[in-house]
Amino acid sequence: MLGKSKRLLVLPLYAVLSAGLPALAWASEWPLNMTEGVTSISRQVHGLHMQIFWWCVAIGVVVFGVMFYTMFVHRKSRGVKPAHFHENVALELTWTIIPILILVAMAVPATKTLVHIYDTEDADLDILITGYQWKWKYEYLDENGDNISFFSLLSTPRSQIENAEAKSPEYLLEVDEPVYIPIGKKVRFLVTAADVIHSWWVPALAVKRDAIPGYIHEAWTKVEQPGVFRGQCTELCGKDHGFMPVVVHAVEQAEFDAWLEGKREKARQIAEAVKQTLTFQELYDQGEAVYQKNCAACHQPDGKGIPGTFPAIIRSPIATGPVAGHINRVVNGGAGMPPFGEQLTPVEIAAVVTFQRNAFGNNMGDQIQPIDVVNFKQGQ
Amino acid sequence: MAHGPAKGLTRWLYTTNHKDIGSMYLWFSFAMFFLGGIFALVIRAELFEPGLQIVQPEFFNQMTTMHGLVMVFGAVMPAFVGLANWMVPMMIGAPDMALPRMNNLSFWILPFAFAMLASTLFMEGGGPNFGWTFYAPLSTTYAPPSVTFFIFAIHIMGASSIMGAINIIATILNMRAPGMTLMKMPLFVWTWLITAYLLIAVMPVLAGAVTMMLMDIHFGTSFFDAAGGGDPVLFQHVFWFFGHPEVYIMILPAFGVVSAIIPTFARKPLFGYSSMVYATAAIAILSFMVWAHHMFTVGLPFIGEWVFMIATMAIAVPTGVKVFNWVTTMYKGALTFETPMLFSIAFVILFTIGGFSGLMLAIAPADFQYHDTYFVVAHFHYVLVPGAIFSITAAVYYWLPKWCGRMYDEVLGKTHFWLAFIGLNLTFFPMHFSGLAGMPRRIPDYNPLFANWNMLSSVGAFLFGAAQVLFLYIVIRAIVSGRKATDQVWEGAHGLEWTVPSPAPYHTFTTPPKVD
Repeated sequence: MLGKSKRLLVLPLYAVLSAGLPALAWASEWPLNMTEGVTSISRQVHGLHMQIFWWCVAIGVVVFGVMFYTMFVHRKSRGVKPAHFHENVALELTWTIIPILILVAMAVPATKTLVHIYDTEDADLDILITGYQWKWKYEYLDENGDNISFFSLLSTPRSQIENAEAKSPEYLLEVDEPVYIPIGKKVRFLVTAADVIHSWWVPALAVKRDAIPGYIHEAWTKVEQPGVFRGQCTELCGKDHGFMPVVVHAVEQAEFDAWLEGKREKARQIAEAVKQTLTFQELYDQGEAVYQKNCAACHQPDGKGIPGTFPAIIRSPIATGPVAGHINRVVNGGAGMPPFGEQLTPVEIAAVVTFQRNAFGNNMGDQIQPIDVVNFKQGQ
Repeated sequence: MAHGPAKGLTRWLYTTNHKDIGSMYLWFSFAMFFLGGIFALVIRAELFEPGLQIVQPEFFNQMTTMHGLVMVFGAVMPAFVGLANWMVPMMIGAPDMALPRMNNLSFWILPFAFAMLASTLFMEGGGPNFGWTFYAPLSTTYAPPSVTFFIFAIHIMGASSIMGAINIIATILNMRAPGMTLMKMPLFVWTWLITAYLLIAVMPVLAGAVTMMLMDIHFGTSFFDAAGGGDPVLFQHVFWFFGHPEVYIMILPAFGVVSAIIPTFARKPLFGYSSMVYATAAIAILSFMVWAHHMFTVGLPFIGEWVFMIATMAIAVPTGVKVFNWVTTMYKGALTFETPMLFSIAFVILFTIGGFSGLMLAIAPADFQYHDTYFVVAHFHYVLVPGAIFSITAAVYYWLPKWCGRMYDEVLGKTHFWLAFIGLNLTFFPMHFSGLAGMPRRIPDYNPLFANWNMLSSVGAFLFGAAQVLFLYIVIRAIVSGRKATDQVWEGAHGLEWTVPSPAPYHTFTTPPKVD
């Protein structure tokens, strides 16, 4: 209802503007309202939203109606002589009591929905979500301790952000590793953060929880049909706050199980890969890819950093200092840099350290093998 | 006995005259309004289209932060203090403010605070980039080095506000003309009295918050650092205990301005004077009990969430009373629509729309969807721009003839109004839609789904900015070459300020008037 009537108002405006501003025509979307979403919570929230919206419309029609009536009728230019009343106890009581009644009528369903949202008991699956600058880590908690975890990063290419390439419909709402959940199951999200405050939001699920260092907050969802649902970080968390999306794949239980098994298999492969020895060129090439994906956001693609905020890799005292110190900074972070020891595999850490020590004119000539990283971590 | 102002620069440096200081506050806030506006236009230019075009994300974050800080602390608050300086003594029949030397000091520390704040933009690492709400630990452990200057600037602004507030309370309580009982005071004086108490209550809380940040950054404490046993959520509780009353600090004097202007142009007394006073007091008291509605998603326990939801909804009642009173004041009046009245009517309508979205945001479960999206940006700009800014603009048009003795150009004034009105709605109304569609706030780039609304917003913002340049021209033109104003200025105006000549002499009410 609302969508259609508002759209009718907007269409002529759109026609005028798209004639004058050709750039407007390239995305013909005018989204007007919150969507109903795909869970019982999201539908209840949408219902509350529409209910309070229509109350506001009704009050607005009455108040603005009287106001516009008086603006057209009670004009001095029409020869009106002003009245002099300035009090009316009955009237003043009426417009105090009626809003109270409306508020009570709103508070009851709002309280019911709030109770529903806070009922995080009896979940079928627990997923620990950790916010990092500027990515999400998902960890599937397993009763037997066989947890699966991975990081989820923006996958929109730099070229689209810098307008060198056309933007895809999922622009800034796409990730390399989406989080999978089974449909029809109660999934509990345990939300926390490793550095600053983030907020995990998926509009279609009506789940928004702040991820705060030192706290683990709970939220839950039960998605009814399969689908891909997208959201974003909604708490300012620094430079790339706008570039850490959330993508949820809700799938059938069987597909979910197969996906989870695939993740376990991949974890076993990573453990195996640690034992291999790579050539300098293999390390350097893989390291460059790891650098551009994980390091370039701060240290910049050319390794020059941002003066005063993010140090350069070029001639950096760490990248041109002792190897152990360099591995330590990547694994454990420090001086404002987040730790990458968990996010990157030993192979990736060995590769990126090798790359940083030999790229951008650093020319240290040394190379680091995965086993060096494993030994460093064990020695801690 | 009567003497005029000193000559030259020293007049402004050493002045203890409430009119001079009021003028300086108003010009200062006007300058800050343009500075904050330029920051806003940088934001809107970047958001004109998806993709990164004009600025990089780290500078974008500095712009959102500085826009908020400059507009709140530099434009809106000093403008209202300026209005209070000019009008409160003249409205209550006092010769000057009660504490004139402190008045001079509270103004003159402000330019230093803002010069320091603005200079951070040129420092290594850039200016504050953590939002005007400066949530820890983004503003502590992860902040640029310039945060220390930001903290000191906030301290100075707080000291200025507290001194201003003490002065206003001392003036109102001690210097009213004989017969001017509390319940005879113009509503502008009442709203400022209540606002001043809010300022004294919450500015020290803000000072405490930034001092704890300073300790965390430089002296190894862990107030807000979870790793050291501190609590990032504590920061938000402290900040919003200041922050929520702060939003009423920016709107209560606006209520007072509109309550002066609407009766004048309706030629009919204000409806429900005493209920206006009680509603203002009720809003002020409630403002201390609702702060956590800014934090519905931080994981408050159920009962906390519920209590703050109910208390927040309750604010709609006294606020509604005010709106109904203004509408009823207009009802059966003899209305004319000079520029101050146009801005005041727009205030009532658009502030009410902002109130509606505020009511929606109060519904905690729905807030899970609205929180930190453009819907919130739309909401608070609807209460602050047509609320605070429009009321200040209305006040300038309304009292300017009294201040400088000359009229502004009515045609230009109305042009300014319509440009600002269209620009404002074009800027902020689409934000409701982009927010509901899922666009988070404080992002420098966005999905093409939100592109059309953002483009409209950006066009509107530049229109609104242009309208304010016209405003500057109108004010200067009035001062330089406006038509002579009468003492009464407006046919329907009542109050002591209209009994003195236009322009108001340097010293007014050296002998107290009699009020019956």
